[in-house]
Amino acid sequence: MPDWIIILIKSAILLLVVVTTFAYSMLAERKVLGWMQLRPGPNRVGPWGLMQPAADAAKLILKEDLTPRTADPLIYRLAPFISLLTAFSVYAIIPFGASSAGTWAIGNVNAGILFLLAITSIGVYGITLGGWASGSKYPLLGSVRATAQMISYELGMSLSFIGVLILAGTTSLDGIVNAQAKWWFVVPQFIGFIVYIITAVAETNRVPFDLVEAETELVAGFHTEYSGLRFGLFFIAEYVNMLTVSCIASLLFLGGWNAPFGLDNLHVPGVIWFIIKVGFFMFFYMWLRATLPRFRYDRLMAFGWKFLLPLATLNLVVTAIIVAYMGH
Amino acid sequence: MAAFWILGITLIGSAIWCITNTKPVYSVVALLLNFAALAAMYLTLNAEFLAVIQMIVYSGAILILFLFVIALLSSGVTPFSVGPNKLPRIGIPAVVVLLIALGFLTYAVNRVTANAFANTSPTSPVGPVGTAGVFGSVADFGKALFTTYLLPFEITALVLMVAVIGVILLAGDQAPYVASQKQAEEVRREMREAILRGGE
Repeated sequence: MPDWIIILIKSAILLLVVVTTFAYSMLAERKVLGWMQLRPGPNRVGPWGLMQPAADAAKLILKEDLTPRTADPLIYRLAPFISLLTAFSVYAIIPFGASSAGTWAIGNVNAGILFLLAITSIGVYGITLGGWASGSKYPLLGSVRATAQMISYELGMSLSFIGVLILAGTTSLDGIVNAQAKWWFVVPQFIGFIVYIITAVAETNRVPFDLVEAETELVAGFHTEYSGLRFGLFFIAEYVNMLTVSCIASLLFLGGWNAPFGLDNLHVPGVIWFIIKVGFFMFFYMWLRATLPRFRYDRLMAFGWKFLLPLATLNLVVTAIIVAYMGH
Repeated sequence: MAAFWILGITLIGSAIWCITNTKPVYSVVALLLNFAALAAMYLTLNAEFLAVIQMIVYSGAILILFLFVIALLSSGVTPFSVGPNKLPRIGIPAVVVLLIALGFLTYAVNRVTANAFANTSPTSPVGPVGTAGVFGSVADFGKALFTTYLLPFEITALVLMVAVIGVILLAGDQAPYVASQKQAEEVRREMREAILRGGE
């Protein structure tokens, strides 16, 4: 088979997997939130509420697609697609298992991590443009917040990556995971790991950094005016981004598909380990949402610039010095 | 080759869309498309690192700041109306400048191609991207930047640093740069009073 057919098939399968994961992580989130707040969560549609995502999808598709009179029609319609496109295109380079022939990834890009940063840095356009094009106050405020927040936290995030890159000596995601065969980078790069986890929550605009869509202040933030499937696209993008940062955290800091605690002789496929690690991060996100209150906006910016950024820089400098004197 | 033509047409089309649009935000979207097409063009030339950096720096950082400012300033403002046609008046200077630019470009291209083909053998490592020692890879780019071109790199960093300090000096504090703490206090008080007067 020619290469492009294989890539097409892989992409189709991956798309299906990611969308299904989105649907059920949404259900899982509602269930987990329910349990943490001592209530059952969705349990009416199908056994244990398992058909809830399908019901939600049907509702979103059948809803009227409103465009406010003051909105800019072209940009207003374009924005959700920018969000969705950037959210999905990251999966073109994420490897899900060890593979010499590239079975578990669509593309093995040498500049993997940088490509990832490039794509995620485009993601903010969907939110900014969507909020601007809605032509009303709350979305504009939400999108201005989003832009400032995402630019600020992206710096800390990039810096936390560089420590890992120095240790691994490569920017390819495959290479980074292979470099963790002995020690997961969460041990030598613990500060980097903490910075990454915090900035990743801020990048995906989740609690406690969800000022972009703070219900109590901004109605629904940048997507206030969106309804029906267009709102659905933003919603999918948010969850897919959550999944993406969980994947990156597993690849960069928790050894990707490497087995933990020397359990290599169990012969569990690497993909299973990877899924378990990603699932752990997804649960962590839900846990945060059930536990933490929202930041105040000025505190959020101060925390990003005055604490996380210097911390990440310090971590980078120390890592660089140690590697320069002791080798990898 | 097909990729070159598609990307080339996208590049020129989006550039024209960017400068002819009356809505600033549309221009930003056109420029975003332009940058993306340019990054893809770099990829077809095996310059993987340059493509990625193009996306991170220009699309991810600089352009989003443009959008930030434009979205804040122009929300709800009617698009600029088209002014009187000034093209006939600047026609002749424009043609002269264009010819000079084309001349320079032709000269530069000739020189570069002559030099490039003079010292490269057919087996020079332009091809599969990925490993070190291949044109455009991250490792080689970094090595060249931090050894051969270290001085220009550091000077650029210094210039950027100066710009950042300048911005902080101009905008960081309400008061402009003054010699003493006492004078600064005075300027602040004056500015506060001016703001209060303006609010009445």
